[in-house]
Amino acid sequence: MATFRIKRFNPEKQPEPYFEEFELDIPDGATLLDCMNEIKWTLDGSLSYRMSCRSAICGSCAVKANGHALLACQRQGEHLLDNDDTITLEPLGNMKPVKDLVVDFTPFWDKINKVKPYLEPKDEAPAKERHQSQEEFLIIDDASTCIMCGACYSDCNTLEVDDNFLGPAALAKAQRFVGDSRDSKTLQRVQDLSEPGGIWDCTHCAECVERCPKPAKPFDRIKEIMTVALDNGVHNNNGARHALSFTNSVKRSGNLNENRIPVESMGIFNISGLLSLIPIGLRMLLKGKVPPVIHHSIDEVDDVKRIFKELDQ
Amino acid sequence: MKFALFTGCVAKGATRELMLSTTKAAEGLGFEFVEMKSASCCGAGVVSEKSPLLADALNARSFSIAEKQGLDIVTICSTCQGTLKKTEAHLNESKEYKEKVNDILEDGGHQYNGTTRIKHFANILATEEGMARLKSRIKRPLTGLKVAAFYGCYVLRPSENSDFENPDNPTGMEDIFAALGATPVYYPSRIKCCGFPIVMMNKDASLGMSGNALVDAIDNGADVVATGCPLCHLSLDSYQPEIESLQKKNQSIPILHLPQLVALALGYTPTQLGMDSHIVSTLKINQILSNSASSSH
Repeated sequence: MATFRIKRFNPEKQPEPYFEEFELDIPDGATLLDCMNEIKWTLDGSLSYRMSCRSAICGSCAVKANGHALLACQRQGEHLLDNDDTITLEPLGNMKPVKDLVVDFTPFWDKINKVKPYLEPKDEAPAKERHQSQEEFLIIDDASTCIMCGACYSDCNTLEVDDNFLGPAALAKAQRFVGDSRDSKTLQRVQDLSEPGGIWDCTHCAECVERCPKPAKPFDRIKEIMTVALDNGVHNNNGARHALSFTNSVKRSGNLNENRIPVESMGIFNISGLLSLIPIGLRMLLKGKVPPVIHHSIDEVDDVKRIFKELDQ
Repeated sequence: MKFALFTGCVAKGATRELMLSTTKAAEGLGFEFVEMKSASCCGAGVVSEKSPLLADALNARSFSIAEKQGLDIVTICSTCQGTLKKTEAHLNESKEYKEKVNDILEDGGHQYNGTTRIKHFANILATEEGMARLKSRIKRPLTGLKVAAFYGCYVLRPSENSDFENPDNPTGMEDIFAALGATPVYYPSRIKCCGFPIVMMNKDASLGMSGNALVDAIDNGADVVATGCPLCHLSLDSYQPEIESLQKKNQSIPILHLPQLVALALGYTPTQLGMDSHIVSTLKINQILSNSASSSH
């Protein structure tokens, strides 16, 4: 017998959410969604959650199981049992619960809309289709597989502390158009995406890659946008300056010059940014934690320089 | 056991106490760590923002250096570990890509064959052999010390590149703490991001993340946080006085590098391990250990 510990919430009856436990024999081969349906149909018809296709296509049934977002229809119930034969179900994170496991997706959709998730073509529509090569298609193929389930949004570490962040799903969707050979607004797009709340606010934690039930893998897509932004000369922001300073440091010495990178990331004309570095700088100086003033290169740095040259970097 | 030590940049720069304590821990454990002085920076997932191929070529060069020595690589930084493993995955994903990278390396006399394993320090300890070695060499068990792990996300995700058994619910670090005689503290934030990668871009969000993690560790009863990543250490220790959520509660918590914690149990003194160079005082740790030692006599 398995225990389903489900977070219940009905603001019309009780302002605070609470956990309720249901006992269920998991039928052989049942998915988590099958189990949820069984609970709803046989134990408590008031249990609310979203579902539709049962085939990991529609993206409706994403919930948090044992603390991590997943598609309920994509996992076997048995596989999710913890050591106490329990599965803990909660609504997706980073969005407001509406009832039980149903959350309000409004901010999620607002952010998808913000990245202009439609083609802005280069020219008039031709009589027939616009051709794309296999190579051109592969650039946007992974992002195209996103089913908007919100699992990445739920577990995003940046969104937990900053709801201004566009979030992984919207940024993956943005890459779908930044990388599209038929789109005319690449530069405008990467400029917009380099603003605060965009690509450079991603904290590299790869939670979104881990939670994504499809090959969309948002963090990988975010990195692709970063490369396009840097290649297009969109450098006037801390994220781009940081990437360039970092890469140039490795080019010069084979390793990172930690004294230069904070200053170069802020930008030498960014007075308030530079001032913000003083407290941490002083604290570290007083404890002798400042990196060596004379920066040393690695041994055989010439070979590293050769690789940069060979790759035109 | 002999390894090629990929130091990473931060252990030679802002957190030199990590390098110091790694040397001591290796000495105490009887490991031979040969420093890879000609390896380049792993790129920290930042060089790959500029050029993924460049980042992979530089890391493949580092791998080939260890291959020539016939040694596996040990890292002491979760970010280095995750970034190197990502390159390794790219190289093994496609034969054409590997050949393309090897073409770039050729003129420097390097070639990547894929014969070297890349392991984080925690992962070489959290094996049967590592644990046995650890337990047999402990001189000062860390009895009474409640230690919260902070893994550093690169060493866990993507999970297919992680050496930890269950990256969503790992126990490797906690198993090490228990072997050292300490009491592991489990808390939800232990597998989250410290926020360091965006401290230059969005400092409020960055310190929000580190603050949430530290409050979580304290609320779950931790005396100290131990991390396998020097970037997490910078975020959790060096920036700690600026973390608002802790300031409001008037709380602080010392942060140790994993090798410092290990070497403490191996009998080295806090000063030998550079613990006096931390921003947040680590004196509390010695007090707890002395108290539990005197109460057991």
